[in-house]
Amino acid sequence: MDYTNFLANIAILVLSGFIGFAVISKVPNTLHTPLMSGTNAIHGIVVLGALVVLGTADSPGIPLQIISFVAIVFGTVNVIGVFVVTDRTLTMFKTRPTSAATDGKN
Amino acid sequence: MDILVYALYIIAFAMFILGLSGLTAPKSAVRGNKFAAAGMAVAFIATLIHIRDTSSWLLIVAALVVGVIVGIPPARKVKMTAVPQLVALFNGVGGGTVALIAWGEFIQSDGFTGLHIDSGPVLALVFASLFAAIIGSLSFWGSIVAFMKLQQILPGHPLSIGRLQQPLNAILFIGSIVAAVIVGIGSVSTGASPLWFVAILILAGILGVMTGLPIGRADMPVVISLLNALTGLSAAAAGLALNNIAMIVAGMIVGASGTILTNLMAKAMNRSIVSIVAGGFGGGSGGAGAAATGAGDQVAKSTSAAAIKLAYANQVIVVPGYGLAVAQAQHAVKDMAKVLEARGIEVKYAIHPVAGRMPGHMNVLLAEADVEYDAMKEMDDINGEFSRTDVTIVIGANDVTNPAARNDPDSPIFGMPVLNVTESRSVIVLKRSMSAGFAGIENPLFFGANTTMLFGDSKKSVAQVTEELKAP
Repeated sequence: MDYTNFLANIAILVLSGFIGFAVISKVPNTLHTPLMSGTNAIHGIVVLGALVVLGTADSPGIPLQIISFVAIVFGTVNVIGVFVVTDRTLTMFKTRPTSAATDGKN
Repeated sequence: MDILVYALYIIAFAMFILGLSGLTAPKSAVRGNKFAAAGMAVAFIATLIHIRDTSSWLLIVAALVVGVIVGIPPARKVKMTAVPQLVALFNGVGGGTVALIAWGEFIQSDGFTGLHIDSGPVLALVFASLFAAIIGSLSFWGSIVAFMKLQQILPGHPLSIGRLQQPLNAILFIGSIVAAVIVGIGSVSTGASPLWFVAILILAGILGVMTGLPIGRADMPVVISLLNALTGLSAAAAGLALNNIAMIVAGMIVGASGTILTNLMAKAMNRSIVSIVAGGFGGGSGGAGAAATGAGDQVAKSTSAAAIKLAYANQVIVVPGYGLAVAQAQHAVKDMAKVLEARGIEVKYAIHPVAGRMPGHMNVLLAEADVEYDAMKEMDDINGEFSRTDVTIVIGANDVTNPAARNDPDSPIFGMPVLNVTESRSVIVLKRSMSAGFAGIENPLFFGANTTMLFGDSKKSVAQVTEELKAP
């Protein structure tokens, strides 16, 4: 990776920070729980990092295999688990007429 | 192919941002979450394309399968009251992933020396990896402690070793940084011993445990939110180190929004994040009050009194707290509200920003019981209404209703914004016992002249009141 690439990444990092600020400022208190679990699910993106580390290693040794295995398991639990919880929490906020109808999925 | 991967990542993070914006209103929130999940799927596929030449497919697929098997059942079965600890736990494993990624990078690049083959911002990348290692480990262990406290595996009150706590934390923090610097310096020459990297993880982990233990359950919403933000930041750092744009964007959005959310919540308690993390809040006085004896009689007598008060009210405000969650009383409350509404009485719900163990905890519970979204009022919107309210029912809430926060400068929570329940004509407090709240502070509300106390299981008490109301 060269400096240009790195600095572009830093620029993206900074801009993403501002997006994060902008998005949350509009969220009402009442939705803080789903918001927190929603953002929690999004940082489950770390599972990609675990995949990249294991996937790009040429002939990984046993320690690296074990560490990456656990990392992928953890990351998958994070991302899948929280999306399911968030979906369940949010389904409860549905307005009255539909609340009885949509329970099949969970 | 790399262009395809990059393009898919861009699509993915656009979907994250759209999905999160959807969370700003209850109607679009479900769709927003699904959108974000779909974005995650896109990013996931992109990553699989990126690593398509790997020799470790078997291991990868096995790990994914195990993750799905372990992750889905608790998420599906968890009771709504236990969502905070589950979110804490899931957040923790996310932090653990980041720490392990950094460790894997360390091994793969022979102590980061491999990075030095290219010219480029190598030290910055090493720094990002080390940052990810420290914060990831801290977040993992801190979240585990938060989980154990909320699950009542560990006692909920602050556990502290007293004065030594802060110096010890400082030593752990400095120690993990020193170990990180040694690893960083080692990367320029032959690479530091792997033990130094393990030392980073262990020291940061102990720091996570030591910061988690002294924090009382009342502060947990803020702490979970803070840990969530930290995991996001560490994910962004790991993304920088791996040159993975999706991780940078997603991690940083979570880090930034989590920081704001934490700050909002800390403000709602009139405390700084620093003082919450320093811990020990209200640990001294402990909940000394014993359970009221002969409560059965008292309840029987006062539920009818409470029902009479309610029957002649024009407006009733319900103030829910963690006790409502513990007693699973949300459906009973909704039933009571139905009976009251049938009599033409207006029922509103006053939700303090830090009621419960997680921001918005009460809203979720009440929504589960089909309480209308519009009936739930935030503190600032409803505080003016208490003076026009005939009866306020406080269910399992304590510190957020404590008038001492407004008028007793000696109280440890003086200055914290509270719900002005004492302004209403009468107050009915449903509580398990006379003990103080999790912050361990006496509540003068309970001794007020127009306060009626109903001791016992709040679900039963509410049901009894409802029965009395139904009786002609």
